[in-house]
Amino acid sequence: MAKVMLEVRDLTTKYITRFGEDVYAVDHVSLKVEEGKSLGIAGESGCGKSTLALSLMGYYFPPLHYTSGEIIIGGRNITSMKPDDIRKSVLGTEIAYIPQAAMNALNPTQKIIHFIEDVVQAHDPTENKKSIYDLARASFEVLGLPAEVLQKYPVELSGGMKQRTVIAVSVILRPTVLIADEPSSALDVTSQKMVIKMLRGLMETGFIKSMIFITHELPLLYNVTDDIMVMYAGQIVEQAPAKQAVFDPLHPYSKGLMGSIIVPESGLRNAKLTAIPGVPPNLKKPPEGCRFAERCKYVRPDCKATTVALYNAGDHRAYRCILSEKTLREAYQHAQS
Amino acid sequence: MHSHKPLCLSGSGLTKVFGLGRTKTVAVDRVDFEFHEGEVISIVGESGSGKTTLAKMLLGLINPTEGEIYFQGQKRDISTQKKKQEYWKNTQAIFQDPFSSYNIFSKIDTVLLDCIHMRGGRKLPKEQKIALMTEACGFVNLKFAELTNKYPFELSGGQMQRLMIARIFLLKPKILLADEPTSMIDACSRATILDYLMKLRDETGMTLIFITHDIGLAYYVSDSVYIMERGKFVERGSADDVILRPKQPYTRRLINDVPKIYEEWDLSTV
Repeated sequence: MAKVMLEVRDLTTKYITRFGEDVYAVDHVSLKVEEGKSLGIAGESGCGKSTLALSLMGYYFPPLHYTSGEIIIGGRNITSMKPDDIRKSVLGTEIAYIPQAAMNALNPTQKIIHFIEDVVQAHDPTENKKSIYDLARASFEVLGLPAEVLQKYPVELSGGMKQRTVIAVSVILRPTVLIADEPSSALDVTSQKMVIKMLRGLMETGFIKSMIFITHELPLLYNVTDDIMVMYAGQIVEQAPAKQAVFDPLHPYSKGLMGSIIVPESGLRNAKLTAIPGVPPNLKKPPEGCRFAERCKYVRPDCKATTVALYNAGDHRAYRCILSEKTLREAYQHAQS
Repeated sequence: MHSHKPLCLSGSGLTKVFGLGRTKTVAVDRVDFEFHEGEVISIVGESGSGKTTLAKMLLGLINPTEGEIYFQGQKRDISTQKKKQEYWKNTQAIFQDPFSSYNIFSKIDTVLLDCIHMRGGRKLPKEQKIALMTEACGFVNLKFAELTNKYPFELSGGQMQRLMIARIFLLKPKILLADEPTSMIDACSRATILDYLMKLRDETGMTLIFITHDIGLAYYVSDSVYIMERGKFVERGSADDVILRPKQPYTRRLINDVPKIYEEWDLSTV
C-alpha cells in the first residue's frame, strides 16, 4: 500500500454567523490521499467543498471555526498546532492551496519574481535573491512557463497565464499536497486545458506528491483525478474511483449529478439530462436522517427517521444510503427503461 | 430539419464596426444566417469572437453598421421607439448574469405584472392576473405566493434565472435569445434551466437562440450550430454535422479543448 500523504478523520468545522448561529459546512468528513494520487471533490454550489478545502489547511479565521476531528499530514496532527506555526511550517511546504480566483492573488504592484521572493523568504529568511531566482527559473522551465514572466507585472499577463503563474508559485516549495479549488472555472476552454495539462504534469515532475481537486465540472474531474468524492450538504455521500463514480454511481444524488454532464460527444445528444428538483437543505438546521431525502426519487419512510452512515461497499467504494447496492441498481435500471 | 418551416429571423451581410481609423474593430463581419420558426440555434464562439455584439444587433439594442435583418421575411424596422417596443414583444432575451437582469427597485409582482401588461392584459381582472402569475411561477417550480412582496435580490441565483424564464412564459415571444444563460450556475442547476427552456420552446413554438462558449451545451440542445471566429461564421450546419464531423480546424480545436468522458481527452494539442 502506498504511503498516505494526508489523512483526515471525522473533521467537522462550522461557520458562526453574526447572529451566533452555527452552520456545519463540513460534517464528519474522513478522507485519505495516498502518494501519487489525486482526489476529486464534486458537489453543487454551497455543499461545502470550498469550506472543506479551507478546513484542510488547518488555518482557521472567523467566521470559520474548527470543531472536532484530526488532520494528519506528514505524520503530524496539525489541528492542535498554533495558527502561526501552521503558517510557517505547514502552509506552502506541506499543503499548498490554489483559491478559486487565484489570478487575483497576485499583487498588481509587484513583479512576479518579487512575489516569489516574499513567499520563499517567509519560510526561510536566509535564502538570497540569486538562489530564489534560480529556483523560480528552473521551476518555470519545467512547468513550461517562459522565464520572462518572472520580470513582469500581473497586468502584463493574460488570465490563463496569471492562473498558471499562481500555480507555479504555489508549488515552488514542493508541497506534499496541493489543494486546487476550481482552478480553471474563470477561464475559456483553451486556457482551461493548459491549466489542466499543467496540473496533471505536476505530479509526474515531482513538484507535488498528491492533489485534491475541487470543481463542479464533472468531465474535468474525471480527466484529472483518480478518485472522486461527492459532497452533499456538508457530508460525503459517495466515494469511488473516478471511472465508477462517473459511469456507475450508487448514491441517488451522485446518480443525478452524473446525469447532468454535458459533453460534445456522440451518444449524448439523445441522452436525457436529469435535473435534481428542489434545493439543498439549510445547514443551520440540517434535517434528521438522510439529508438528501427531501429531493430523492427513491425515498422511503425510514430515510428521514435514522441517521445514515457511510456504508463501505468494498472495492474502494462507499456511499451514504440506507438502500442496498442491489436495490439501488434495480431502481436505476427501472428508471432507464 | 426545420427548413420546411417559415423563416423567423434572418440576416444578410450583417456587420458591426466599432471605432474609426487605427482603432477600428470589425466585431461582426458580413454574417448571413437563417433562423426558422421553432428552431433551436446555437452561436458558439470564444470570448471576443463577436457573438454578444451579434446578439445585441438581433435584439435591436445596437444598430448594424451594414447589412439587414429580416423579421418574418420583412425587413426589420425599429426606427422609432414605438416600433422597437413592438419588436421587443416578439423578441426577448435572458442574460448571463441573473443578478443584474432585474430592476432592483421593482418587486417580483411588478416584474411579472409588467409582462402581463406588455401582452395587452392591463384590463384583466386582478384574480385573473394572479392566476396567470401563479401559473408562470408554477411552470418553473416557484411558488408565487412565497414570492409576492419580495425583491429580486432576496432570491438565489438559480431562482432568479428561473423567474426570468417565468417572465418569458408570460410574454410568449416569437424569438428568445439566451446569452450564456447557464454559465454562472453550477452543473446541476444547468440541466434544470435547459429543461425549462426546451419545454417552453415545445409549448410555444418559439425560436430559441443560444449564445454560448460551451460547445457541449450547443450540441445537446440545438438543431443547428453556427461557429463564430473573429466576427465571422466559419462553420454552420446541423448539430450532428458540425460537432461530430467538423470541417474547420477552428471547430475541431474548440471541440478538442472541452473535456471528454467517453473518449480519451487529448491534452497534447495545447
